[in-house]
Amino acid sequence: MRTLRFLLRKEYRQIARDRMMLAQILVLPVIQLLLLANAATFEVTRARLYAVDLDHTVTSRALIDRLVSSGRFARAGSSGSMALADAAMLDRRADVIARIPRDFERDLLRVDAAPVQLILDAKDGAAAAVTRSYASTIITGYAAELGAARPGRQAFALGAPAPAAPRVEVRSRAWYNPGLDYQDYMVPGILVELITIAGTLLTAVNITREKEIGTLDQLNVTPVTRAQFIAGKLIPLWSIALVEFGVGLAVAAVVFHVPMRGSVALVVGVAAIYLVAALGIGLWVSTIAGTQQQAMFITFFLMLIYLLMSGLFTPLRSMPDWAQWIAHLNPVMYFVRIMRDVLMKGAGPSDIAPDVGILALYGALVFTLAVRQYAKRSA
Amino acid sequence: MTRGRADARAPNLDEPVVVRDVVKRFGDTVALDGVSMAVRRAEIFGFIGPDGAGKTTLFRILTTLLVPDAGEARVLGMDVVRDLWQIRPRLGYMPGRFSLYPDLSVIENLTFFASVFGTTVDAARDVIAPIYSQIERFHDRRAAALSGGMKQKLALCCALVHRPDVLFLDEPTTGVDAVSRREFWELLGQLKASGLTIVVSTPYMDEAGRCDRVALVQRGRILELDAPGVIGSRYRHPLVAVRGGDRQRVLTALREFPHAVSAFPFGETIHYADARSGSDPAAIARELDVWLAQRGLDGARAEAAQAGIEDVFMDLMETPRPQAAA
Repeated sequence: MRTLRFLLRKEYRQIARDRMMLAQILVLPVIQLLLLANAATFEVTRARLYAVDLDHTVTSRALIDRLVSSGRFARAGSSGSMALADAAMLDRRADVIARIPRDFERDLLRVDAAPVQLILDAKDGAAAAVTRSYASTIITGYAAELGAARPGRQAFALGAPAPAAPRVEVRSRAWYNPGLDYQDYMVPGILVELITIAGTLLTAVNITREKEIGTLDQLNVTPVTRAQFIAGKLIPLWSIALVEFGVGLAVAAVVFHVPMRGSVALVVGVAAIYLVAALGIGLWVSTIAGTQQQAMFITFFLMLIYLLMSGLFTPLRSMPDWAQWIAHLNPVMYFVRIMRDVLMKGAGPSDIAPDVGILALYGALVFTLAVRQYAKRSA
Repeated sequence: MTRGRADARAPNLDEPVVVRDVVKRFGDTVALDGVSMAVRRAEIFGFIGPDGAGKTTLFRILTTLLVPDAGEARVLGMDVVRDLWQIRPRLGYMPGRFSLYPDLSVIENLTFFASVFGTTVDAARDVIAPIYSQIERFHDRRAAALSGGMKQKLALCCALVHRPDVLFLDEPTTGVDAVSRREFWELLGQLKASGLTIVVSTPYMDEAGRCDRVALVQRGRILELDAPGVIGSRYRHPLVAVRGGDRQRVLTALREFPHAVSAFPFGETIHYADARSGSDPAAIARELDVWLAQRGLDGARAEAAQAGIEDVFMDLMETPRPQAAA
């Protein structure tokens, strides 16, 4: 234990002295969070709307006006012809077609429900989904107002897809994030990515550096054991990554107003478990890399998988089976999910227990593997 | 350090380092090709050989950093593979490359290495004092900002701070200026006088004379092993040193002499070896004077010389040897 204390003292001293590293740990992630949270947006402003109004009534025109005046849509044209609308979309002049059928007003008044068809250019699937949700929200709101304007009637909804039987209505409500505020779910995810990358990279590079400058050999001829050495390395990096996580969480709350519905202490606790896995991966990288440069290349390779197979930018369900399998090996995926569950849904310990269990198991596994690999290398 | 207890585990302390038939391969490269030797207590034992001879590999095996493929190595009577945890606290190792923390100061490095050995700088004061006193005024300076000679002294302090029984120095003087080199060897002499066993490697043959015994190593094999003087006396050719004249022309002229075995620059002189074993070197020197004068090289003077270890090494290197691979 005494030896470990000396190792820790030395490590903290070196970290405190390394300005580049301090910046890398405390400043860069905050900048990245500020930048990425604004750049990684799914928000669609001014989707080009082509209106095919076959009803030509006050109600139908008002609906189109309502869509355009929301600021989410820009008028790309209107006509009574679906063929023209089709052509507009093919020419990339329109992103969305709203088709209001004949007798829209009449149906609405008579049977309390009427279909509106939305046709979306889904080349960019994420954008299309967002556009659709905007349109649904606006149309639903409009219908609700019409209902409220007439006493004695309940609000009624209308929406896509059409043609639908009059009584089949889409009532979408975005739970936990009613405004579909992308920052609420992107910021926690990006924060997870950042501490993962920082944790893995710092660990991999730091240990490889000892190898590169020969101090690892120098330590290996001392009575310092492998366990002491690894603990002496990982405890400081782990605590730093945890501080970084806390700073990021504060930025998320203060700057981006990310809701903190669940317990903040809970996510910090999970982060503490999660970082063991992230740092374990870094440790493993350091056992196979001979130089800091190699360590960085391997980490960059892992980083892309971390990022793109985590369900952060693309939903897991839309991946092919094999990719979903890989995503399930990605610790980032679990922690992103936990973060969203706790912060947005207010999930408690029992709700996230299975995912936390997987993370703990993951950490133990990666760690064992890395330590064994390390032992083999230094034999 | 409790030497008494450790000695009980080390029945053969007259030879603190024993190597038997050690083989180490890296892929297709044979770094050590069956090395056997022993180091006596409180001597300075030198491994002399060119880069790539296998010196560092042997040091890494002896310091428990590498496991030999075959053979056995014992340090302080303990097996380097099995007893590594008993050996480590008792050996000091200074790798060829400066391997301390560049971002820590002199005293921080020293304190750190003392602490991981479970001791303090003060407890080692008497051992390291002669060396540390030379760098003490830089105690606050980062190790990265030290000169080559200072770094080397700091590394030596760090290797000694836990009062080891055997000290392994892998090419300690490579890249160090001549004055620092001399100082360094003087320090080693003092350490040896205090009873420390020192194993050192060097590519510089002029440093061989500083060792009590040396092993000449080449291609993973020990070619000769003995006191430097004894090895020199085994030289089988009459040897002549030639001084002065146009060096390059003299060298060419000597190599053209009918009985020449070899001629190579040796410090300020040229060492000439003659094929007629048993002949009087002084007589050969006179022949050479005539030979050189005939070629207009009047400035050159030849005289009988005593063979040194470098002559032996050059001879061994030039003699074609049956290769193990053949």
